[in-house]
Amino acid sequence: MRILDRLAHIDRRLIFLTIGLAVAIPIIMKLKMPIRISSEVRSAYETIEDLPEGSVVLASIDYDATSAPELTPMFRSFLRQCFRKKLKVVYTGHIAIGLPLAQFDLDMIATECGAVYGVDYINLGYRPGYTAVMIGIGREIRDFFAVDYRGVPVDSFPMMEGIHNYGDIALIVDFAHGLAAEYWIQYVVSRFGVRMFACVTGVMAPTLYPYLQAGQITGIIGGLQGAAEYEVLVGQPESAAFGMPAQSIAHLFILAFIVFGNIGYFISRRKK
Amino acid sequence: MKREVPIIITFLTGFLCVIAFFIPHPPLGDLQQRFLVWYAIVYGFTMVLGLDSLLKYNVKKITQRKEGWQYSYVLLFGLALVLVTGFQSWLKYGTPFELRSSFMYCYIHIIVPLQATMFALLAFFISSAAYRAFRARTFEATLLLVAAAIVMLGRVPIGKMIWSEIPVVSDWLLNIPQLAAKRGIQIGVYLGGVVMSLRIILGIERTYLT
Repeated sequence: MRILDRLAHIDRRLIFLTIGLAVAIPIIMKLKMPIRISSEVRSAYETIEDLPEGSVVLASIDYDATSAPELTPMFRSFLRQCFRKKLKVVYTGHIAIGLPLAQFDLDMIATECGAVYGVDYINLGYRPGYTAVMIGIGREIRDFFAVDYRGVPVDSFPMMEGIHNYGDIALIVDFAHGLAAEYWIQYVVSRFGVRMFACVTGVMAPTLYPYLQAGQITGIIGGLQGAAEYEVLVGQPESAAFGMPAQSIAHLFILAFIVFGNIGYFISRRKK
Repeated sequence: MKREVPIIITFLTGFLCVIAFFIPHPPLGDLQQRFLVWYAIVYGFTMVLGLDSLLKYNVKKITQRKEGWQYSYVLLFGLALVLVTGFQSWLKYGTPFELRSSFMYCYIHIIVPLQATMFALLAFFISSAAYRAFRARTFEATLLLVAAAIVMLGRVPIGKMIWSEIPVVSDWLLNIPQLAAKRGIQIGVYLGGVVMSLRIILGIERTYLT
């Protein structure tokens, strides 16, 4: 009984320490676990696979460093898949502080895949306006992005020839940790009929299931699990796949703490 | 006139944007695009407004020696550092986003780690909060608890290792009960949004003017 009582009053520092170790040890020991591929991630992967060579994909970076561990692996896998399929990537975003972060990945994966700036991909940078920019691109992209992130006119790049609005874009992929994915669906997908799938954090993924089931988006890559599945599909498992054992064990410990808390709660209620 | 002019502007722009949605041809489509560009410009200036507000608040905090005033010095120093490095990099490289620039050095070595650290702390607080607050007090709370446990296990590989059907049950929970509740809430929220938009466009809702 005394042990059960103690379980109900665990010092929060002990919880912090346990969670810290539950995350750190699997990473240090490089544990591996099998990754199950879900239908929504496979569907997102196949959306890109089905695109013909030379198609234009718009990638919107709507996250910053707070969500980078979940979304960066997705973005890297996405770029690898696009560049291997010889697709053209137009890169923009609505979180000013997040764009330079993804720019590293863009440059790194472009070098790895031999993609050339201005020919295979372009970084349009950030423009304020959020939904106004999303809707405005539907008429003419140059009304908002006359120059790229370095101030070079977009018309000087060969890949921008013939890209004017959503009619010239085959797919939108949003990398978001907030409401941006929903805005893309509501303001762009439903109005201009562009195909889209979303790469979002674990907490945001359930919000998008109604849109997936209604056929408004073709797939969801959600959280570290989704990122790990996508990495496996693209054939290059990296940080997300290696992070899954840590997340698995952390989840187990959190559940164990919840069970302990409930045992203590029922014991104290019975005493009263 | 102080109230009438903004109401007229709101009515005209709102009404035009609704019409342009159905008839995107010239001149309505062009006019809507112009409004969208203006909106983006105004949106940009709201950042200047935010900067002004942030400066005023922290300078006041320092001068009045309010609790935690020392941290306002750190904030103002950070603000000045980012501004100075941003302009210096812009002048030197033509863009602050050049990888060798001082601005990007601050971004990589200060902003990114600080943001990541702040968010990483959440994992510890969520664990502690779940332990203390997630109690099966009622039938509904027990349902929520069981569903959360299944989804938590179903979303990680160890769930399948414990019992192969856990991911299947987790997917069912996400796709059926969760979706039904979510869809109902979303339809209600968006109907409310449509009503509120109409009230603003028609000038019935005027609280934004105060």
